[in-house]
Amino acid sequence: MDIAVSKKKLGLKERYALMTRGLGWEPSYQSIDDVFPMDTFEGIKIHDWDAWEDPFRLTMDSYWKYQAEKERKLYAILDAFAQSNGHLTVSDPRYINTVKLFASGLAPLEYMSHRGFAHVSRQFRGVGPRVACMMQSLDEMRHAQTQVHAISNYNRYYNGMAEFRHHHDHLPYLQVPRSFFEDAATGGPFEFVVAIGFAFEYVLTNLVFVPFISGAAYNGDMGAMTFGFSAQSDEARHMTLGLEVIKFILEQDPANVPIIQKWLNKWTWRGARVITLVAMMQDYMLPKRVMSWAEAWEIYFEENCGALFRDLARYGITMPPCVEQIRKERDHLSHMAWCQFYQARGTLNFQVWLPTAEEMDWLSAKYPDTFDRYYRPRFEYWAKLEAEGKPFEATSVPMQCQVCQIPMFFTEPGNPLALAQWHRVYEDEQYHFCSEYCREIFDDEPEKYIQSLIGGHEVFKGNAFGPDCDPSAEGFDPAAAALDFWRINPGKDSGLFSGSEDETNFNLWRGLAKTNS
Amino acid sequence: MSGEESIVFLALQANDETRPVIEAILADNPHARLDEQPAMVRIHAKGRLEVRRETIEELVGHPFDLQELHINMITLSGHVDETDDMLTLSWERP
Repeated sequence: MDIAVSKKKLGLKERYALMTRGLGWEPSYQSIDDVFPMDTFEGIKIHDWDAWEDPFRLTMDSYWKYQAEKERKLYAILDAFAQSNGHLTVSDPRYINTVKLFASGLAPLEYMSHRGFAHVSRQFRGVGPRVACMMQSLDEMRHAQTQVHAISNYNRYYNGMAEFRHHHDHLPYLQVPRSFFEDAATGGPFEFVVAIGFAFEYVLTNLVFVPFISGAAYNGDMGAMTFGFSAQSDEARHMTLGLEVIKFILEQDPANVPIIQKWLNKWTWRGARVITLVAMMQDYMLPKRVMSWAEAWEIYFEENCGALFRDLARYGITMPPCVEQIRKERDHLSHMAWCQFYQARGTLNFQVWLPTAEEMDWLSAKYPDTFDRYYRPRFEYWAKLEAEGKPFEATSVPMQCQVCQIPMFFTEPGNPLALAQWHRVYEDEQYHFCSEYCREIFDDEPEKYIQSLIGGHEVFKGNAFGPDCDPSAEGFDPAAAALDFWRINPGKDSGLFSGSEDETNFNLWRGLAKTNS
Repeated sequence: MSGEESIVFLALQANDETRPVIEAILADNPHARLDEQPAMVRIHAKGRLEVRRETIEELVGHPFDLQELHINMITLSGHVDETDDMLTLSWERP
């Protein structure tokens, strides 16, 4: 009788080799350069694609298995949250505004990331990076879908979310995150993976999905908690991939080092600028606070990026010069941003408020060097105007930076009383910048950035009006026409939170949940 | 400054599945610190952190595939080396 001998199971490393490298082949009737025409023009030299290795050694079969498990958990929680009217259990209705910003500012970036990785997963001639980029592309699609699903539970009850995609494409402040990703996606495949793997995954998502999502959990939002942590579990893989790609490129040829350094300089700054939104969400929009933006920054940038740059020093990579300025802005960033959003509240898809006395005390304690001196007086003055029934609101379109597209509210590093204004004349046109570093990015590729679509400019060019508008008609109201085109319903979607429909409804429904009358 | 001085970390969701995993990591890495935050924990250590399959299996009492960590992992820092028996995070390099 034959005794069945069970085959020895393959080890992780062998399985990975067979399920990735083993899936590739050498083209026979087309030249490899014609099959992969885009992975050389950036000047990156790769001599041995096989030297690349995915540190997680995740193969497609185990990828499906674990992703399916994550999805089952996620949707069980989302369903429970929706079925039990979870939206009424959040700490404070102001919290819901962070969800609106998330839906229109971040979820579309996940989708853009899906597109970007799908694109580059076709562009690299190495099999390992292609497989990893394809998995990342699927992850990013999952993130966009789960975020939209989770947030749709809020959309059933509150304003400002139904047009999240249109808002992402057209609302001026949302051009900041949108242009960040479009900048990366219009680079070559190597710049894209360095930009997104490093600036987006390693820096930005850690700050969004860890301290901010932990804060969302603290504020009772089980939906955001679950999609946030579920997404970040993929991001852990992505940032490992991003790091591996950077290491791999640096090890392939010394000529790659200055190119990577340039991209790290650029994308550290682009990432830090776009992260202004997260700083503000962390310090001003979470009613119950876990940690300040400055504290989160210390862990996820200073400590974590410090470790990365020390590690990359062996290749001759140094910490980008812009980090000095980022450090100087750390204790100003969230305050400057909230001041700007408060003044521009008529053009937003979420609502704003002035910090309460208790919240200002918390901010003073967290920012002892800056808050009381530069920002508290401003908030107190605006509170006085609100109490007098004449709240201050900006009525004009702000000047925006040609590169990061943030309204030019930043002050000079080290001089918080001087507005930063940088300019460059290029082919007889003048362009404006929030900083030396945004101008440096412009100077490197002016032909790219003169094409930036700037929200404020679009208004003046007449592009922010619907097709039925007649700007020459008597009594034409350009501000009302722009809001209509942006699909912002004044008073419902925008403005002050206090007295809004969302606040009224939340309090009414929460009241109903507590009593039988 | 070399990688031995840099901090590596692993953040996990705080739930029933991760409780023995956290216990195992802390047992295997006496130099590691536990930072408890709402809904999550962050285990950080200087230089290096090891997650061993065997220690987890002893605590949970059944076979454990280290790749199951993906389900509850939130984020990490350091270079990753993963085998069937151990997941290592480290900034140390030869």
